[in-house]
Amino acid sequence: MKIYIPRDAAAKALGAERIVKAVEAEIKERGIDAQIIRNGSRGMIWLEPLVEVETAEGRVGYGPVTVADVKAIFEGDSDKALGDVEQIPFFAAQTRLTFARVGKIDPLSLSDYEAHGGLVGLRRAIAMSAEAMVDEVKTSGLRGRGGAGFPTGIKWDTVRMAQGEKKYIVCNADEGDSGTFADRMVMEGDPFTLIEGMIIAGLATHATKGFVYIRSEYPDAIEQMEAACAIARDAGVLGHVLNSGHQFDIEIRVGAGAYVCGEETSLLNSLEGKRGTVRAKPPLPALQGFMGRPTVVNNVISLATVPVIFEKGAQHYADFGLGRSKGTMPIQIAGNVKFGGLFETAFGMPLGDLVNKIGGGTASGRPVKAVQVGGPLGAYMPVSKFDTPFGYEDFDQKGGLIGHAGIVVFDDTADMLGMARFAMEFCAVESCGKCTPCRIGAVRGVETIDRIAAGDNAAVEILTDLCETMKDGSLCALGGFTPFPVMSALQNFPEEFSTAKEAAE
Amino acid sequence: MTQAQPTPEAIVETIARHLHLEGPLLPILHDLQHEFGFIPETAVPLIAAELNIGRAEVHGVVSFYHDFRDAPAGKHVVKICRAEACQSVGANALSDHALAKLGGDWHMTTPNGNITIEPVYCLGLCACGPAVLVDDQLEGRVDAARMDEILAECGA
Repeated sequence: MKIYIPRDAAAKALGAERIVKAVEAEIKERGIDAQIIRNGSRGMIWLEPLVEVETAEGRVGYGPVTVADVKAIFEGDSDKALGDVEQIPFFAAQTRLTFARVGKIDPLSLSDYEAHGGLVGLRRAIAMSAEAMVDEVKTSGLRGRGGAGFPTGIKWDTVRMAQGEKKYIVCNADEGDSGTFADRMVMEGDPFTLIEGMIIAGLATHATKGFVYIRSEYPDAIEQMEAACAIARDAGVLGHVLNSGHQFDIEIRVGAGAYVCGEETSLLNSLEGKRGTVRAKPPLPALQGFMGRPTVVNNVISLATVPVIFEKGAQHYADFGLGRSKGTMPIQIAGNVKFGGLFETAFGMPLGDLVNKIGGGTASGRPVKAVQVGGPLGAYMPVSKFDTPFGYEDFDQKGGLIGHAGIVVFDDTADMLGMARFAMEFCAVESCGKCTPCRIGAVRGVETIDRIAAGDNAAVEILTDLCETMKDGSLCALGGFTPFPVMSALQNFPEEFSTAKEAAE
Repeated sequence: MTQAQPTPEAIVETIARHLHLEGPLLPILHDLQHEFGFIPETAVPLIAAELNIGRAEVHGVVSFYHDFRDAPAGKHVVKICRAEACQSVGANALSDHALAKLGGDWHMTTPNGNITIEPVYCLGLCACGPAVLVDDQLEGRVDAARMDEILAECGA
């Protein structure tokens, strides 16, 4: 008998380790032949810790499990029984391509990985020319999942054609955006997918060395990636790449608590051992990246999606989605929401459906006031924009961005002026300091919003002007996009920026 | 993790473990902090010499990143997530509660040296906030009562 208890950080934060101990004790006491597998999370965070028991009828879930529930699970009369986990509506409604194996397999078993389609893509890629590999990615329509949405195939082609004695694949796993945890979940729940994707990127661009730059706030992901790389190296997946005549290896690097290092040029400086300041572009990292050499910098989800594109074919992937937003997106539904978690689906689902139908509305039971999409640099979308289809261009047209696809739900108690102030405060704390609009603008932004809060309505115009300057004059998205949450709060909830004055009078 | 004053030999030995890497400075700093609990001031010239870069550059890197400390932290480090997703489920009130309980502001260490309290911007537990990191233990859905327990367990 196999019993699955996630080792995902969210499951652990909700008590999974205590459940493991209780299940171990129960197995021993009953003297039964059972094996505990530490899988990734299925992404239904409200059910964590979600224990699954393998039966003839499929994997039966129990959740959220407390230590007190464990005995009843073994007795077969637990009131936490959920039936076949894959039939739970939140799960059944998804199209899981990137996350196909997450939660299902033992993340550190290469044989389990292969039994579920792993390495099929890499074997196919090995038989292809570099140019054909890049074309495959171009055909898939895959765009950078970190937030910028730049076509991955075009970036790869630039590196493929660049001259350089050594080239690199750098995986950006500095997932600092609030409301996002897809990178973490894939690294913890299916690390070989990321490794396979990076190897294919290496073959397609003639790069031989990869780095995964993981934020220090993700100790579980770091541990899991280290372990997975060691296993892949022992099995000849890393190193000699299945004796294909190619070479590729991966090194795990750990960030040091700087949000701005999620910006690719800042990340490269950090990797080189410098302050994480932003570089002006050009030169593009594709031509002069790590150590001045040609470098692919891709997000975890972009790279982790590459194997399924090669396994099932680029067209299969491109057939999902909407317009120029092709394929699927692992959407993270977070914050004050009833059914929070990871929901992978084809682009195009309206925002309101994600929040209300899938997410079930707020956890507090109060009305939804706004959702912030795309992390701390994303706009606050009011309920009136809930018909916006989830896609890069669609959100752009509505004054927002999808970013790394995190949705943070707020109920009607949210203080929007406070959230706008926080956006500026965060920018001030995390600014790398290289460009003035961001470094000084963010500090002035906090002060200006404080003036508005104190009843100075004339400061609204100054804030608007400041946001224009930051938007146009900043080197990177930190200073350039902080105006999104600030201005969207101001424009969609203007009454909250004027009531202070009325109160003062 | 020990907090004895590190000897130059111990520092150089730690540095040497990473010199084969491309861009070794961050791994060196992480390792020093892991070994000694902070980045000793005396390590700066030693690192500069080993990497053939200026002391100012080493200092600049150490001071740029939030993770690196110039003095040892308390016995336990409690980090409370301040990011938006946790704010949407009451992280601000939780932070205020914890700070009031300890009688200080962010980055303070309790007079008995048991707890250092710090903000963190996202632990990736955005669907089960408010999230807290106690040393290396993550906790989700932390409320005021649980926070009191955590602080008591840490010896506030």
